[in-house]
Amino acid sequence: MSTVIRFSGDSGDGMQMVGNLFSESAAFAGYGVFTFPDYPAEVRAPQGTVAGVSGFQVHFGSQAITHQGDKCDILVAMNPAALVAHRKYATATATIILDSDGFTKDAVAKVGYDIETISEQLNLGECNIVEAPITQMTLDAVVESGLDRKAALKCRNMLVLGITLGMYDISADYAKKFVEKKFGKKNPLVSQANIAAIEAGENYARNSHLVGENHERKGEGALAKGVYRSINGNQAVAWGFIAAAERSGRPLFCGSYPITPATGILEELAKHKALGVKTVQAEDEIAGICTAIGASFGGALAVTTTSGPGLALKSEALGLAVMAQMPLVVVDVQRGGPSTGLPTKSEQADLLQAMYGRNGDSPLVVLSAHSPADCFDKAYMAAKIALERMMPVVLLTDGNLANGTEPWRVKRVAEMPTITPPIVSREELAAKAECFNERGLFNPYSMNENLARYWAVPGAEGLEHRLGGLEKHPVTGAISYSPEDHAAMGKLRAERVERVADMVAEVEVVGASEGDLLVLSWGSNVGKVSEAVAALHAEGAKVAHATVELVNPLQRGVAEAMARFKRVLVCETNSGQLASYLRSVTRHEDIRAVADMGAQPFVVDALKAEISSNLNLK
Amino acid sequence: MAKIEYNPNDFRNGNPVKWCAGCGDHAIFNSVLKALPEVAERLDIPREKFAFISGIGCSSRFVYYMNTYGMHTIHGRAAAISTGLKTARPDLSVWVCSGDGDSLAIGGNHFIHACRRNINLNLILFNNEIYGLTKGQYSPTSKLGKITKTSPFGTIEEPFSPAVLAIGAKASFVARTIDMELDLTKEMLVEGACHEGMSVTEALVNCVIFNNKTHADYAESKAIREERTIRLRHGEKMLFGANKEKGLVLDGMKLKVVTVGEDGYTLDDVLTHDAHCEDTALHTMLASMRYPEFPVAVGVIRDVQRATYDSEVARQITEQQEREPNKTADDLFFGGETWEVK
Repeated sequence: MSTVIRFSGDSGDGMQMVGNLFSESAAFAGYGVFTFPDYPAEVRAPQGTVAGVSGFQVHFGSQAITHQGDKCDILVAMNPAALVAHRKYATATATIILDSDGFTKDAVAKVGYDIETISEQLNLGECNIVEAPITQMTLDAVVESGLDRKAALKCRNMLVLGITLGMYDISADYAKKFVEKKFGKKNPLVSQANIAAIEAGENYARNSHLVGENHERKGEGALAKGVYRSINGNQAVAWGFIAAAERSGRPLFCGSYPITPATGILEELAKHKALGVKTVQAEDEIAGICTAIGASFGGALAVTTTSGPGLALKSEALGLAVMAQMPLVVVDVQRGGPSTGLPTKSEQADLLQAMYGRNGDSPLVVLSAHSPADCFDKAYMAAKIALERMMPVVLLTDGNLANGTEPWRVKRVAEMPTITPPIVSREELAAKAECFNERGLFNPYSMNENLARYWAVPGAEGLEHRLGGLEKHPVTGAISYSPEDHAAMGKLRAERVERVADMVAEVEVVGASEGDLLVLSWGSNVGKVSEAVAALHAEGAKVAHATVELVNPLQRGVAEAMARFKRVLVCETNSGQLASYLRSVTRHEDIRAVADMGAQPFVVDALKAEISSNLNLK
Repeated sequence: MAKIEYNPNDFRNGNPVKWCAGCGDHAIFNSVLKALPEVAERLDIPREKFAFISGIGCSSRFVYYMNTYGMHTIHGRAAAISTGLKTARPDLSVWVCSGDGDSLAIGGNHFIHACRRNINLNLILFNNEIYGLTKGQYSPTSKLGKITKTSPFGTIEEPFSPAVLAIGAKASFVARTIDMELDLTKEMLVEGACHEGMSVTEALVNCVIFNNKTHADYAESKAIREERTIRLRHGEKMLFGANKEKGLVLDGMKLKVVTVGEDGYTLDDVLTHDAHCEDTALHTMLASMRYPEFPVAVGVIRDVQRATYDSEVARQITEQQEREPNKTADDLFFGGETWEVK
C-alpha cells in the first residue's frame, strides 16, 4: 500500500523543504519514497495568488516506490490559493489539512472565491477537511525562542512537517537533526524554534487523533540493505559521470548552455572542481557540444547536457562526433513540445530526434534512464560505451526524472564496472603494421577488435594525426569521396553501433512469459506502467511488462520477447515514437501505442483500463 | 631535458597541398612552418603537444598538411572546439585556422567569446574577403559595394574589420599581417604564440580565383606596402613611407596623417605606439584605418596582459582541492545526508 501527500503553499512557505524532510524521514524509517516538486513557472509571483503556489508531492509506501503517484490522498494547503491551485491533484475523498487561520473572507476573495461557497465550488464535500490553526499554533510554539512575528511565521512549514510525521508515527529525529545542522551553529534560536514547531505539530496530530491512511503499514523492507541518500535525476546524471571519470582515469569535462530542465546537471558538476571536474558554460548550445568535442580530442570524458531545443542545435556537431569517432555523451533532459514548447513539463518526444536528427546516415547509441536513481547507472553506462567504443552516446532522461527524487543506494566506485578506453602509445602499436602508412605516419582510424578507434591522445609522441568530418578511406583515414570508401565507412559506422548491444544486459520481462500482450515502456513512465501491468498480471491477465533501456541498437531480448506475445503495446508520452521505431526494426505485426500527448505523467488507473482493453485477444 | 629543436619540415606531413596556385594561404602555411620551431623552442613544447584545429573553408584545409595533432571540424566552430581542448589540456599549444566566413559569419559568436574569455589560443584569421570554397560569394569582410555571385549589384553590408572586432571583444593580443610578408607573419605568429592569452592574427590573404587583388591597393608590392601600410612596433613612433617621412598624429579625437616637417608638424607630434595600453580606444582607431584615407596598420596592434581562462580554471581547481574535504567520488557519495537500511 502506498500514500501520496502533497504539500502546497506560497513560494516562500518552504514547501520544498518540508517535502524533502518528510520524504527523507519516511525513507529513514524504511518506507519506499519517490518525490516530485511542482514549482510555479513564474520566478516570483505575488504572494497569495494561484500563480505563486509551489507544491511538493511525496509518494511513499511499505514497498519500493517507483513513481511520483497519481492524485494525492493528503493535501496540505497553507493558504486559499494553494487549495484552489492544487485541489485538482487530490482524490475526491482526500484528507485536506488547511491553515484555518489563513482562510479569511479576504484571502479567499483574493483568489476569486466566496468563503461561504468555496467548499462546494471546489467539490470538497467528500473530503476529510482538517481545519488546523497552523499559524497560531506556530506562533504559540515558538514564543520561547523570542523570534519576531515574521521569523516565527517561517516555522509554519515545520509545524506541518510535525503534523504529517505524527499522522504516520514517523520519527522526527532525522528532521530535527537536519534543522540543528542547518541552523544550530549560526542561529540557535531559529533552530530551537523550528524544533519546537515540529514537536507542536506532532502533538497536534496525536491530540486530535489524526491518523494517516494506510497508517498501519510499516515501511520496513521496502529498500534493500545498504547506505542510501535521496537523489534527483540531474544530480544522479552528474554523479554517474563523476564516477565514470574516476573509474576510467579520464578527467571529466562538461560543456553546456543553461536550459530547463537540464541546467541542474551543469550546476551540479560546476561544484566539483575539487574532484578535478572542468565545466565550461558555453556561449550557446553549439559551443556546448563543441567544447566537449575539443575536450574529447584532448583525452577527457566529455559530456554536454541539454534539452530538446538544444539537441536540435547540437545536431551538426553530433554528426562530427559520429564521423570522427569521438567519445562523447550528450544528455537530453526532455521537455514538452516542439520549439520552446512547454519548458517545465515533461514529454518523451525527442526519441526520434535523438535517433535520426542529423544529416546523412549518422547512427549513434541512444540510451534511456527510467528513474532518478537509474540516471546514475545510465550516465555511467553511457560514459563507458562512449569511452570504450569511441563514439557519441545520447542519453535520454526527462523533466520528471530530473526533478523527481528517490532513495539511491550509494555504491563505491571500485564496485562499478571497469571502464577501459583504448588509449595507445606508439610503442604499444609498433607491432601493428596496419596502424601506420607507408611513410610511417599513424593511420588515425585504426581500430581494435571492438571496432573502437585507437585513442591517440595529444601528447603521445609519434601518433600525431588529423581527424575530421570529411569522408575517408577506411584504413588510412585519408580524405576520400570514392563510392566504395563511403559505402564501407557507412557500414562500419552502423556496425560499430550494432556491437554496443553486447555491452548492455538483456531486457527483463516481468509477468507472463508469453500470451496476449507485452507492454513496453521507457523513461520516467516505467514506474507507473509497470505498476499497472503488475496489477493486471496479478489479476490473471496474460500480460507482461519490459523496460526498454537501450533503444539503439535495440536492447537484446526485446524483439525476442515481442515475438512471444500477440500484441505489443508501447506506453509513452509522445505520439508513439518508440512504437514507430519498433515497427521499423522488428517484424512484429501488431505494435500499438498508448500515446499520451498532454505532457503529463500517466495515471495508473487510466493505464490499467487502456491496457485491459488490449487483453483477451483472439 | 634535451633542448627542443625542429626544422620547418618536421611540422608538415607531406600531403600534397591543394590550394590554388597563387593563393595567399600557401604563404601563411610557409610562415607557420617557419614559426613553429621557434615557438617549440621558446615555449619548450614538443611537436606532439601542438594541435591545429580548423573549421570549414579553404584556409581550414590547413590542418591536413600539418604533422601535428589536429582536427578539421565543422563550419564556424573551430574556436569553440579549441576552447574545450585548451581548457581540458592547458599543456597543449592550440592553434585555430579559420577564415573570414568561418570566424566572422557562422562562427562569429564563438570568435568573440573566445576573445572575451582570453583563452590561450592562437587564432590565425585568413581574411580574403570572400567565400572561396563555395566559389565566390561575398563574406562579412567584403568591401561595401563588392560585386560577387550573391551580390550582383554590389554588397549593401558594412564589412567587419576582424582586428577591430577582436579588440572590441577584449582580445588581449591582436596583430595584422599580409600574406606576402613572410617574415612579418612569422614574427606575429611567434609573438602571438608566446603571448599568454588569446592571440588573433589577421592575415590579409589574396584569393587569386574569386577575389584577386582585393588587398592589392595597399599590399601588392613592397613599394606600395611601404607607402600604404604602417608597421606598428611597441614603443616606436608611428611612421611610414619609403623614407619614414609620414606619421600619425592625433587631431582632436581623430587620427591624422601628416608629413614630418610640413605644416608645422615635427617628430615630437607623431604618436608613439603603446601596444600594452589597457584602453582600447587608440588600438581600435589604428585597426580601423582604411586605405586610401589612412595607411593600413600591420604588426602587433594590441598586446596586454590579463588572466587566461585556462589558467583560471586550473587555479580554481587547485584552490578547491586544497579547501574541499571530498577528495574522491566515494567521499562525495557517502558524505552528507545519508541513512542506512540494515
